[in-house]
Amino acid sequence: MLKILKYSFYDLMRSRWSYVYFAFYLLLGVVLLFLNNDLSKAVITLMNVIIVLVPLIGTIFGVMYYYNSREFTELLLAQPLKRSSIFLGQYLGVALSLSMSLILGLGIPFVFYGLFESSAIWDFSLLLITGTFLTLIFTALAFNIALSNENKIKGFGYAILLWLFLAIIYDGIFLMTLIMFEDYPLDKLSLVGTMLNPIDLSRTLILLKLDISALLGYTGAVFKQFFGTNFGLIVSFVVLIIWVMLPVWRISAKSKKKDF
Amino acid sequence: MVTIQNLHKKFGKNQVLKGVDLNIIEGGIFAVLGPNGSGKTTLIKSVLGMVIPNKGNIEVLGNNIKKNSDYRHKIDYLPQIANFPSNLKVKELIKMIKDLRKNTNEDKRLIELFKLEPFLDKKLGNLSGGTKQKVNIVLTFMFDSPLIILDEPTTGLDPISLIRLKDLIQAEKAKGKTILITSHIMSFVEEVSDEIVFILEGKIYFKGTIQDLKTKTKQPDFEHAIASILTDNHA
Repeated sequence: MLKILKYSFYDLMRSRWSYVYFAFYLLLGVVLLFLNNDLSKAVITLMNVIIVLVPLIGTIFGVMYYYNSREFTELLLAQPLKRSSIFLGQYLGVALSLSMSLILGLGIPFVFYGLFESSAIWDFSLLLITGTFLTLIFTALAFNIALSNENKIKGFGYAILLWLFLAIIYDGIFLMTLIMFEDYPLDKLSLVGTMLNPIDLSRTLILLKLDISALLGYTGAVFKQFFGTNFGLIVSFVVLIIWVMLPVWRISAKSKKKDF
Repeated sequence: MVTIQNLHKKFGKNQVLKGVDLNIIEGGIFAVLGPNGSGKTTLIKSVLGMVIPNKGNIEVLGNNIKKNSDYRHKIDYLPQIANFPSNLKVKELIKMIKDLRKNTNEDKRLIELFKLEPFLDKKLGNLSGGTKQKVNIVLTFMFDSPLIILDEPTTGLDPISLIRLKDLIQAEKAKGKTILITSHIMSFVEEVSDEIVFILEGKIYFKGTIQDLKTKTKQPDFEHAIASILTDNHA
């Protein structure tokens, strides 16, 4: 698997898109720091961008890579290699190169701005960790979609729909239910609802770490009580890890049954 | 060498293989023939483990191929359409495949044989179909495996390369290897193969030497013998 990972990673490092993605984050980091002149504020703005953009890029890249590397995959399938290692190697190649673009692209300007002397370092690290998690999750979901759909257009369509659902529609439905059942105690429900969507979960994690939960009112207080504690933090990370494990497990299961 | 029992494969509603039983003994050149869509490539891909059969059993060199990928160390496979990652150079591709399988020096001789030196630094996406097929042949023959599977090996080759390919196949046969070939070029099949396996509508219709086939169909030459099977069966 490590050899496949190596070749997929090199393959991506060579393609233009990794650099475009890297350059975009570099530019974003520099511009935000220049405009805000304050590390903590830049972190908040960055969060809003990352939470939406990272899943989108992960999804699109994952689907695109899978369809584009069909030839490579077929070549590998005839070699004495396990199927699961071929697909997991490719998945990790994509996910790790994307994560690297994110971490380096944002990390470099912040480090130069004096991140290590600042108190925002933990907030910033959390931002990068959740960003990496989101990349791992959404690339895995994208691979799942691509594996299940021979038709590229369909695959892309489902991938975009998935992103749209988790990034935007889910929140809408969530909010509607909260309004419909506003006569009932909803703090538990909203906690569970947040946990079930990796994007919401990441957002809540960062918001609460940034200590702006006061803005969220009563629910914020309940959330703070849960996510603010070590227990909450651990549960959240466990949920994120499950969100990575499930699709990765399905990649390996699905690839074993597929015909090429 | 290869034993296939009661092999069934369905793609959606399309039943491609309907109970194939085949026993390929060690040594010799076997041609798998059949009309378009008869299931030749599906059969070969099943042996390679690229297509997962719905029913049936396949053994290669005494190992059941289910849930096992190590047996592919003993197979050299030439895919039908040479699809390679287009942004890799020929040199890098050869190095990568060697890294994934095992090291060999045979590639140098084959590159020289097919005059591929000028293309080593070119990207695979920029090569012509015939040159890609030559690269494909180098990748297949550079490992010294006991079983060689060639899916339409003649595609895109010029006459001189075709002669070299035939020599190469005969040389491998002389080493006692088993070679499975599919092709639509009847003259090529007639020239190289020891035995033919004819697939029709997902079943083995005929297995034996070309002479047997001529006797069975009462036709004077090979091409007409094949044609008569097809017309008799309305395929």
